[in-house]
Amino acid sequence: MALDQSFVGRSYPPTAPYEVGREKIREFAEAVGDPNPAYLDPEAAKALGHCDLIAPPTFVFAITFKAARDVIADPRLGLDYSRVVHGDQKFAYSRPVRAGDRLAVTSTIEAIKSLAGNDIIDVRGEVHDEAGEHVVTAWTKLVARAAEEA
Amino acid sequence: MAAKIGYDEVEVGTELPAGTFPVTRATLVRYAGASGDFNPIHWNEKFAKEVGLPDVIAHGMFTMAEAIRVVTDWAGDPGAVVEYGVRFTKPVVVPNDDEGAVVEVSAKVGAKLDDRRVRVDLTAMSAGQKVLGMSRAVVRLG
Repeated sequence: MALDQSFVGRSYPPTAPYEVGREKIREFAEAVGDPNPAYLDPEAAKALGHCDLIAPPTFVFAITFKAARDVIADPRLGLDYSRVVHGDQKFAYSRPVRAGDRLAVTSTIEAIKSLAGNDIIDVRGEVHDEAGEHVVTAWTKLVARAAEEA
Repeated sequence: MAAKIGYDEVEVGTELPAGTFPVTRATLVRYAGASGDFNPIHWNEKFAKEVGLPDVIAHGMFTMAEAIRVVTDWAGDPGAVVEYGVRFTKPVVVPNDDEGAVVEVSAKVGAKLDDRRVRVDLTAMSAGQKVLGMSRAVVRLG
């Protein structure tokens, strides 16, 4: 099913802030099996010049993807979320995410395409801290696979 | 930022120490909880097969998180990563046994950029298949 092209370029209001907690960073680092002390020990993070624990580079995806999902769940867009797979993912950082951050995401639908029956949607999430400073931008390409012929 | 590798120490083609990352069903359950991604294709074999997958597959973002460890371990400071992008080309299939799957990651310096930055090109393989494509990180070195 073709998606509604009028959604291209649409931006959504910033999300309510997500507060990054030390224990959540540690839980994530443990889940990916990464013992890097910058994720676990505030003193080690400070020795590297950070003011608190920093998060692994992909940690922020949980925050940006939740925002993206809220955007693409709009029934007027026409995306079959049950058939969605992750195509590409990219991050560009102004600084690492760190404990104590209160992060808001502003999502924009950058592109909508149809290719061989697959619907492809590109969402950009701009992440800012409480001071309004840019932290990271996440680009997420989602592919809704064509339904099999009955 | 305090990368322990100096920009002047590396050349195009410099290889980073490779990494081997095991992934079992238990790993995926733990990652689901930590990341909040509870899509059943990552833990429910019946569901995964119903939607046309060979078996339960790893979260793409899990594989992405493992691959960058080769870069962050090398650089010393994970905050030195200024860009990171991948394409998910093939799923990492995780059988329900004691061994699970293995993701093997290799990386080398692909280009030296300005401002003491380098581009690192990553390769991630599982079961003989390339699971990440166009996998690149830009890192600011010391």
